Amino acid sequence: MKLKFNNKKITGILNILPSREVQFEDNIDNYNFSRAQSMKLKLIMGYDKRRIVKEETVSDLCICGFNYLFQKGVLKKDDLDALILVTQSPDYFMPPTSHVIHGALGLKQDMVCMDINQGCSGYVIGLNQAFQLLNQEEINKVALLNADTLSKKVSPKDRNNNPQIGDGASITIIEKDQKESTIYGTVKVEGKGADVLIIPAGGYKTPSTAETSLMKEDDAGNVRSLDHLMMKGDEVFNFVQREIPTMVEELLAEANTEKSEVDYFMFHQPNKFMLKKLADKMKVAYQKMPNNIVERFGNSSGVSIPTTIAFNIGEKLEKESFSICLAGFGVGLSWASILLRLGPLDFCEIIDYK
Amino acid sequence: MNTVEDKILTLLQEARPEFDFEDSEDFITDGMLDSFDVVQLVTSLDETFGISIDGTDILPENFGSVDKIMALLHKNGVTT
Repeated sequence: MKLKFNNKKITGILNILPSREVQFEDNIDNYNFSRAQSMKLKLIMGYDKRRIVKEETVSDLCICGFNYLFQKGVLKKDDLDALILVTQSPDYFMPPTSHVIHGALGLKQDMVCMDINQGCSGYVIGLNQAFQLLNQEEINKVALLNADTLSKKVSPKDRNNNPQIGDGASITIIEKDQKESTIYGTVKVEGKGADVLIIPAGGYKTPSTAETSLMKEDDAGNVRSLDHLMMKGDEVFNFVQREIPTMVEELLAEANTEKSEVDYFMFHQPNKFMLKKLADKMKVAYQKMPNNIVERFGNSSGVSIPTTIAFNIGEKLEKESFSICLAGFGVGLSWASILLRLGPLDFCEIIDYK
Repeated sequence: MNTVEDKILTLLQEARPEFDFEDSEDFITDGMLDSFDVVQLVTSLDETFGISIDGTDILPENFGSVDKIMALLHKNGVTT
């Protein structure tokens, strides 16, 4: 589905990462593979360091980020008219975690506050939602929170998923743009792929029990339980290579924009191999599609997109503007993209959770 | 001088030294290559032949035999 938004803009991006850093080698003896094989995996997939939480939750990370922005004087509580939290690791089944954050910060009652359950395409889907809310007369400033702590749901003996998983949060401020501007977007879904990326137990369909927590080895040698995150890696890879180039082509055609006119392709960061193959297929130069987040911070689901932006061009974005294509893809299956002019921003940085 | 076939066999051997690839008719059904081995092989083939195998071609069935891998290389302009 094609989407179009007029006179909206992002004015700030803050990423909040857990301060705990683990190395690939810290877990290598947990895996059912030879050390040599695992080291090859590290090299090809770009796995190295990643940030994961200890006890902190999604609300903790977001509240920390908001307090930083309030203290820095770049955001005022009463200016916020909507709070959207995109997460797949809420503090509770109920109430919505966005409401927990709202309460902890003492935000005003007269505002929209909601959770959205989305994963790797969640940042882009959340932006779409924020742009739509800004069509309301009384909504002038939206805070989009994207946060996940999925490391808690990954088996330490799962070599497919554990080496890549990272945690983190981001706060993106979106406002009405007084200047004429257009943002183009696409959003797509294929629910028949719902089981390709799934935590099978723990919800109402299959509650967690002693049985669901039993660790079992799969055909590839990974050991996990039904309470853990499970991914059919081959299917995800093929879905991404098949669908994302087409989606971006459609987006650029709709915006009447050539690929060469886009300064950066800031995409979700699953692993180095997948993103390199995507850049090759799309014939996008590697320097225009940064691929350096999973090795430093891990794959933090949709949060990897704002992290990629801030890590690579955060300082520049506080002074300049760029044409940027965003794309997220994963659980659902869902995939979404946005083409927009980004910057200059009031802030664009990464901080550690304290 | 090494032929393309020789180079492919060398790369297969590097990926899984415990197997004799010349004795198999289908590396996948014989359980000699798993999905990560395929990824490793693609990386090696890309580097060795200076190509980038298309992401949509990275399917197990395209890596079941030396002939199939050679067909993939031909598709990417590698000649014997």
